[in-house]
Amino acid sequence: MNSLITLPLLIPLFTAIILVFFNKNVTVQRWIATIGSLLTLAAAVWLSATVYTQGIQTMDLSNWQAPFGITLVSDMLSSILVVTTSLIGFVCLLYSFRSIGVEREKHYYYPVFFFLILGVNGAFTTGDIFNMFVFFEVMLMASYVLLVLGGTKIQLRETIKYLLVNVISSGLFVIAVAYLYSVVGTLNMAHISVRLNELGQSGIVTVIAVLFLIVFGIKGAIFPLYFWLPGAYYAPPAPIMALFGALLTKVGVYSITRTYTLFFTQDIGYTHGLLEILSIITIIIGVIGAIAYFDVKKIIIYNIIVAVGVILFGVATFTTESLTGSVFYLIHDMIIKAALFLLIGIMIKITGTSNLREMGGLINRYPGLAWTYFVAALALAGIPPLSGFLGKILIVRAGIDAGNYWGSGVVLLSSLLVLFSVMKIFMNGFWGKAREYKQQEKVPVRWLLTAPVILTICAVLYGLGSEALYPIISTAAETLSNPEIYIKAVLKE
Amino acid sequence: MKTNNVILETATKVILFIILLFSVYMFFAGHYEPGGGFIGGLMASGAIVLLLIAYDLKTVRKILPFDFKKVTALGLLFAAGTAAGGLFFDKPLLTHWFTYVYPPILGKMSLHTAVIFDTGVFLVVVGVTMTIIQTIGESE
Repeated sequence: MNSLITLPLLIPLFTAIILVFFNKNVTVQRWIATIGSLLTLAAAVWLSATVYTQGIQTMDLSNWQAPFGITLVSDMLSSILVVTTSLIGFVCLLYSFRSIGVEREKHYYYPVFFFLILGVNGAFTTGDIFNMFVFFEVMLMASYVLLVLGGTKIQLRETIKYLLVNVISSGLFVIAVAYLYSVVGTLNMAHISVRLNELGQSGIVTVIAVLFLIVFGIKGAIFPLYFWLPGAYYAPPAPIMALFGALLTKVGVYSITRTYTLFFTQDIGYTHGLLEILSIITIIIGVIGAIAYFDVKKIIIYNIIVAVGVILFGVATFTTESLTGSVFYLIHDMIIKAALFLLIGIMIKITGTSNLREMGGLINRYPGLAWTYFVAALALAGIPPLSGFLGKILIVRAGIDAGNYWGSGVVLLSSLLVLFSVMKIFMNGFWGKAREYKQQEKVPVRWLLTAPVILTICAVLYGLGSEALYPIISTAAETLSNPEIYIKAVLKE
Repeated sequence: MKTNNVILETATKVILFIILLFSVYMFFAGHYEPGGGFIGGLMASGAIVLLLIAYDLKTVRKILPFDFKKVTALGLLFAAGTAAGGLFFDKPLLTHWFTYVYPPILGKMSLHTAVIFDTGVFLVVVGVTMTIIQTIGESE
C-alpha cells in the first residue's frame, strides 16, 4: 500500500488545522507555514518521482475497491501539477510574510491559504468526478475567504460577484455530474470512460460534454464565461492575486483537459470543434484586453485569459503532440504568471498606483526588479530558449498538422501581441523619467524580490532543460491521449 | 432593554440538560441508527443557543469560556487524525477499524474508530454554529 499519494493532501490539511491554534502568534505561524509548505513540496516531488519510475499511483479510500469507492489517482500530469502548485504555494507564502500585513495574518490568512492548497492539490489528484466537485468546493471556500479578507470596499464588492458566479457554477457542476451519473451509473472517472466508450456516440453524452465545458469554462475563464475574472482578480493583494491567477483558473483548465481526453472522445467533431472555436475567441479577447488597458494588474489578468485559450487550443487539436504542448505550456504558465503577479505587486507597492501612466523610471533605483521582470516577460511570450517556447511551438505545429491554419496563426500572432502588452509595462514602468513616489512605509524590495526570482529561475531552467523534461511531459501527454493506460491503472484489470 | 424573563430562565435550566443528554444519546446512536456527530452537534449547539436567548452573550461566555474557532480546529484535528490513522497500519486513508468487547453487566459492545471521527464532526459543528451565532450576536 502506497500512502505517498495522500501526503500532498494531508500535509496542507494538518498544517492548516495546527495554524488555527496559533492565530495570535504571527512568528510561530510563519514558521509552521514555512515548514508545512516545504514538506508539501518535498512530498509532491517524491510522489512525482515515484510516478515517473513506477507508473500511475492509486489509492482506494477506506479500502473500497475501485470503482465502488473514491479513488485517488496520481498520474504524471496530476503529479507534476501538484509539484507546481506546491512550489507556487511556497513562494507566495514567502512573499506574504512581508507584504500581507499583520492584521490579515492574525485573521486566519495562513490556515485558509493551506486549505486552498489542499483544495487545488485534491482536485488534481482525485479520480472520482464527485470528489472533484468536493475539492473544488474546498478550494472555492478558501478563495472566498482570501478574496474578502481585509474587507476593503473593492474586495467586498468583487467577492459578492465572485460568490454568485461560483455558487451558480457549482450548482451546474452537480447537475452535470447527476446527468452523467444517470447515463453511466458510476462516478469513478476511469469507469465512466469505459462505460461511455461502450455506449458509443449519443446525443445525451454530447449535451453532458457541453455542460461540463460550461461548468469548467466558468472556473477556467474561457470565452464567453470569463466575464467575472478581470474584476475579481483585480481586488485582492498581490500574493493572493498570484495564487488565484496561477492556480484557480488552471484547475478549470485541468478539468477540461481531463474530461475532454478521458470521457468525451466519442463525438470529437462536435465537442472538440466547439472547444477549438471557443479557445481561439478566448485568445483574441484576452489579447485585446491585454493591449487595451493601461493598468498593470489588468494587463497581466488578461494574459491569464490568453494562456487559457492557448492551452485549450492544444487540447482541442487532440493529438499526442498538441497535448504534450498543452501540458508544457500549462506548467510554464502557472510558474510565470505567479512570478509576474508578484513582480507587479512590488511595482504597485513602490509606486502606490497600478496605473501605468503614473509610473516610470523604476529601473534606476530597482535594477534587480526591472531585469527579473524583463526575463519573466520574455518567458511569458515564449522567446526561445525560455519556457514558453517549446509548449507553444508544439501546439502550433500540431495545429498546422491537423490542418487548422487559422487557429495556429492566431496562437502565433497572440504571442507577438502578448509580448507587446508586457513590454508596454517594461517601457512605461521601468524606462523613462524617474518620478518621486510618496511611500507610506518602506518597501522591503529585496525580500519581496526573492519570491519572483525563485520562480523566474524555475521558468528559465524549465525552458533550458526542456530536453531533459521532455520524457516526463510526454509521459503525461501519453496518458491523456491514450486513456487505456489510466483506466488500467485505476481498475486494475 | 433587558426584560427579566423568569419563566424562560427557569425552564432553560432544566431543559438545557435534557437537550444536552439527548444530543449525547443521538451522538452514540449514530452508527447503526439515525443520529451521529452532525445531528448531535447541532442539537448541542441548539442547547447553547437556548442559553444565549434566555440569558445573554456575556453569561454564555462565562459558562463556556472557549474560543469556538479553536473548538472547530480541534474537531478537524480529531477527524483528520482518524482519517490519517489508517496510514500507520498500512491501510488506505479513511479506513476504519472496530472490535467487540464484552464488559460485565453491559454485555456486547462495539468499539469503533468511527466514534473518534464523529467526535471530530460533533466538535466542528458546535464550533462553527457557535462562531456564526456569536459573530452575528456581537453586533447588537
